[in-house]
Order: sequence, then structure tokens, then C-alpha cells
Amino acid sequence: MSQPPIRIVLAKIGFDGHDRGLRMVARMLRDAGCEVIYLGLRQTTENVVAVVEQEDADAVGLSMHNAQHLTLAPRMVSALRNADLEVPVILGGVIPDQDVAPLMEAGVAVILGPGASAEEVVSAVRGAVASRS
Amino acid sequence: MSGIPVDPVYGEGPNPGEYPFTRGIRPSMYRSRLWTMRMFAGFGTASDTNARFKEILRNGGTGLSTAFDMPTLMGRDSDHEWALGEVGRAGVAVDTLADMRDLFADIDLGHVSTSMTINGPAHIIMAMYIALAEETSVERSSLSGTIQNDILKEYQAQKEYIFPPRPSMRLITDLIRFTATEMPRWHPVSVSGYHIREAGSNAPQELAFTLANGFAYVEAAVAAGLDIDDFAPRLSFFFNSHSDFFEEIGKFRAARRIWARWMKERYGAQDERSMLCRFHTQTAGVSLTAQQPEINVARVALQALAAVLGGSQSLHTDSFDEAMALPTEDAARIALRTQQIIAYETGVANVADPLGGSAYVEWMTDEIERRAEEIFAHLDQLGDGSILEGVYAGIDNGYFVGAIADSGYRFERAVNAGRRIVVGVNQFTEGDHPGDRNLLRIDPQVEVDQLKRLADVKKSRNESAVASALAELTVDAAEPTVNIMPATIRAVQALATEGEIVAALEAVFGTYVETAVM
Repeated sequence: MSQPPIRIVLAKIGFDGHDRGLRMVARMLRDAGCEVIYLGLRQTTENVVAVVEQEDADAVGLSMHNAQHLTLAPRMVSALRNADLEVPVILGGVIPDQDVAPLMEAGVAVILGPGASAEEVVSAVRGAVASRS
Repeated sequence: MSGIPVDPVYGEGPNPGEYPFTRGIRPSMYRSRLWTMRMFAGFGTASDTNARFKEILRNGGTGLSTAFDMPTLMGRDSDHEWALGEVGRAGVAVDTLADMRDLFADIDLGHVSTSMTINGPAHIIMAMYIALAEETSVERSSLSGTIQNDILKEYQAQKEYIFPPRPSMRLITDLIRFTATEMPRWHPVSVSGYHIREAGSNAPQELAFTLANGFAYVEAAVAAGLDIDDFAPRLSFFFNSHSDFFEEIGKFRAARRIWARWMKERYGAQDERSMLCRFHTQTAGVSLTAQQPEINVARVALQALAAVLGGSQSLHTDSFDEAMALPTEDAARIALRTQQIIAYETGVANVADPLGGSAYVEWMTDEIERRAEEIFAHLDQLGDGSILEGVYAGIDNGYFVGAIADSGYRFERAVNAGRRIVVGVNQFTEGDHPGDRNLLRIDPQVEVDQLKRLADVKKSRNESAVASALAELTVDAAEPTVNIMPATIRAVQALATEGEIVAALEAVFGTYVETAVM
């Protein structure tokens, strides 16, 4: 029995303009059959929540490169939960190892390290979505 | 080391220092003057960065290069709602002239050359730098350095734009004109391929897009009534040095030849200095791996060697820990020492263009030039005979972003499929996690302190002076023939914030929002 494709919203929050990784992940997921709602740069947390709701998305992927992850990723998780959206938040970018545990405690579902392969990205997203339902 | 005497140059002409300068901009290259060892630094508050600047100068760095934080690069103040979590994190926070004073405290601006990496609000930061110099009795005419001020590549790759392309271009031509008349030692634009490459382009695209942007600035400045030889000698370039050694060397050599020929033949420059493609190089940040970070020292050394063999005038070497965070002081010192080893121990600086005449290097130079010319032809056609219009069109229709994304994705797939080896990532691995390391952590207190500082400045200043300076700026912005610089200098002197100045200009120019392309 075939599953409906995963719908994932990809965005960069705030000023950070490093979108190479996110665009890469967007293409990897699209090539793997996911439906990618690519919002790109300069998104607000509120806008991402609204899109997840409207699009009935299964997951949110964020990419952060400016050491703002400890502030912005937990904020994204709480904004989704406050809107009763139990979708996993997947985080990539420049995330030092020592920040992984606090981010997971704050409710981030998966953290993709730099250099993650397409296979790792796709299986991480699938795993995060599956473990939710 | 054996004492064998060497000549300044070997091989057939045209020699280094001779048109079309494929072999270098000066006859004896590094024998007469080494490249500037210009390390990029900026984090936390202005005082934190000031301390790192002094450390770099103490360690033998020969120029300064300033990294600003994201809110500053985007023309927003530290108290903007989007600035949360970003203040002082990936660069230094500068909101007002008061921050600029701390940033360069006890550094003689009349003697140190400073590079400032900023684009959208470049003219505002430049105005602060000029105002600071004059407060410390340094004439603006004796300031030397570079402000990046390359907005075109922002729409193509780096994405730190504020206003739409055309009003942005007016700000740039205003600064070109201002420096041409008042600041003869200043480089008003550093046309930058670095970010194009980091965003995913390949070497020929990096070269072609960068030089096309350079042609676009030339066309815009000439259209604004400037004589090419009055400003072109002060345009400079900024390239990436990636891991494919000979491709990079060919790229640098091709850059000089193409620029010289286009400036002479297409744009009619008479002054030979207008034809010189002088460039700063930075090793490829994107090539650094979080896996086995120590081996990045070797990557950086090889990339730096390619930059030197390619004839760079100035070089920044990346620190081995940069795939994880901003560099620690130790890592930054090792990166600088890498340049010093190349300069003083390897002997490569003793001969100009030591690889010139190598069949492979000459072929690679020609091949990269040929591929770049194909891209220029496309842009020329897109702009109906104008590279400037072609670049605007390529921004509008997503040509640049799409081409860069395609190349980046092709590279990524090759790494994924194992067709391209990245040591430590898909071969010769040592487990998944790099493990805890000593990383530079920015204290969250920085944000609190900067917000307080901004609030204090706002309390201390004369509000009506600020309001009238901003009103005057808006009037000047609406009149395309008036140069924006004098009003901007008066506004920063009144302690108007960067964000307030940007808001005043946005009221006239509007704000750019890109169409997301994946």
C-alpha cells in the first residue's frame, strides 16, 4: 500500500542568507518524491506556522548558519506546539556538537550534520515523520 | 635553500606587468611587494572585535578586514525584531557612529588599510568610517582600504540586499564618484566572486559572473557621467580559492587577461591601471569539513598556495574550525601562519608567475577564459548589447540563482555518489561526529549589552538634529543627480542609527523581496 508523499515546509528564519544547504536539501527531498514547500529566505516563525497549517504539512525543515539556532529553533518548536501542530522540526546548518543535546531537549526532532548525504537527509525526514504518526 | 640564484621571471613574453597581465600585474610580483595578509575578523561587540584586530596586527597581519553581523549587513539595528539571536554572532554589531569609535579605538586609520565586508548599507558604514577618521584628525583623503559595496552578487548569491537593484546601483555609483574625487586611496567596490562560489557555482561561473558584475559597474558609472580612467583604477576584485589546484590558478590568470582586454577594447580605457585586475582571495569556507577539522589546515594551505601562484594581491586564509563556528584565536593564528610559511619558507614568492608556460596551466587559463566568454555573450544578448542590462535581466529571470544552484547540486550529487572524494566525509572517515571541541562561543550577554548601548546612544543624542538629518537624506535620495554621501555623513554624525537611515531610504527606494528559487 503506497503512502501519500511527505509534505515538508523548508525555510530560513530571520536575516541569515546562507541558503545553499537548504536549496540542496529541497532538491534532495524533491528527487526522493517528497512534496517540498520551499519558502526560502527571510521568513518569520509566525509565517512558517501559518504555512504548515494551510498546507497541512508533515514536517518543517530549518537551516541556520549564524549561531542563532539556540534561540530560534526552540522558538519554532514552541510556536508550532502552541498552534497545536505536532509536526517535527528538522534542523540543519552549522550546529556545533555540544548544542545537539539542548536542542533535542527543546523538542527539535532531528539535527542533520554538515556533509549529510541525500540518503541521510531523506531517511531522517521519513523517520521523523513516521515516529510522529 | 641551496643558494641557486633565480631570475624574477622565466619564459616568453608578454611578461608579468605587461598587457594583458595574464602573468601578473607587476613585473617582479612578490619580489617587490608581498601580498597583504588580511585576516577577516568580527564578532560580539565593537570592543571584542577591536581586541581581535590588535591581536592580528601584533601577530604580523598587514591589513584589517571587518566582518559585520547579520542585522548590520541587512541595514537593521540590534533592536529590530528579526535581530533576535543574531546580534554579534557572525560578525560585529554596528548600529551607530559610537560603535565605530569602539571598533577602531587606538588604531591609526591613517596608517592601517581596512577592508569592510558590507554591501546593502555600504555607504552608511563608509560614512561612519569617514566621520570617525575626521574625529581623530585623519583626513578622508589619506584613508586607504576597501569597502565591498558589490550589490549585484547579493541578488545572485549572498542575499544581503535591501533595496531593489536599480536604486542600489545608484548608491554604488554615488560612492564611486565620491571616492574618485575625495578619497584617492580608497577602493569603492570590491567585485566579489567569493560568495558566488560559496553558493555553489563552479570556477568558470565564479569568474564570469564576477567580471560581468564588474563590467556592469563600469557601464553604470560611465552612464552616470564618470570618465572610466577616473574610477576604474580603484575597482578591485575578490575571488575564492577552492580545492582544484590548477583550475583555480587558471581562473586567476584568466581573470587578469579578460579584464584587461575588455577594459581596453570594449570600454576604451586609456590608463593601464584601469586594465589591472587586482584581487583579494579567500580560501574556500565551503570546502572545510566539520569531520576531522584538523585536516582543514592542509586544505587551506593548498588553496592559499593556488591563490599565491595565481598572483593575488591580498589573502585571507580560513581557520580550520570554521565549519563549526567562528574561528578561535588559536585557529586564526594557525591560518595566518600558513600564509607566512608560504611567503617566507617555500620560495614561491621569488619568481613572478612560476607556472607560466606550463602547457597544462596555459591550456586551463585559455579554457576558463573561453567558458567565461560564452557567459558574457549570453548576458550581452540578454541585455541587448549592455552587460549592465543583461545582469539586471539575469537577476530578474533567476538565471544566476538557477545556474549556481544547478552547479552546486551537481557537485553534491557527485560527492553523494562517491564520484568525488571528500576526505573525512565520504572516504577515510572516522565516525560520524566531530565531537566536542574548543569553539568560539558568543556570550548571549553581547546582545543585552549592545541593546543597552544602542538605547544609551538614542537617549544621549539630539533628536531634532537626527530628524532633520534624516529628512534631508530623504530629499537627496529622491533626486537621482544628488550624491547621497554628504547627507549620509551628516546623518551618522548626528548619531542616526543604521536602521533609521535605511528606513529613510526605503521610503524612497522600496525594499527588494526575492522570488524563492530552490
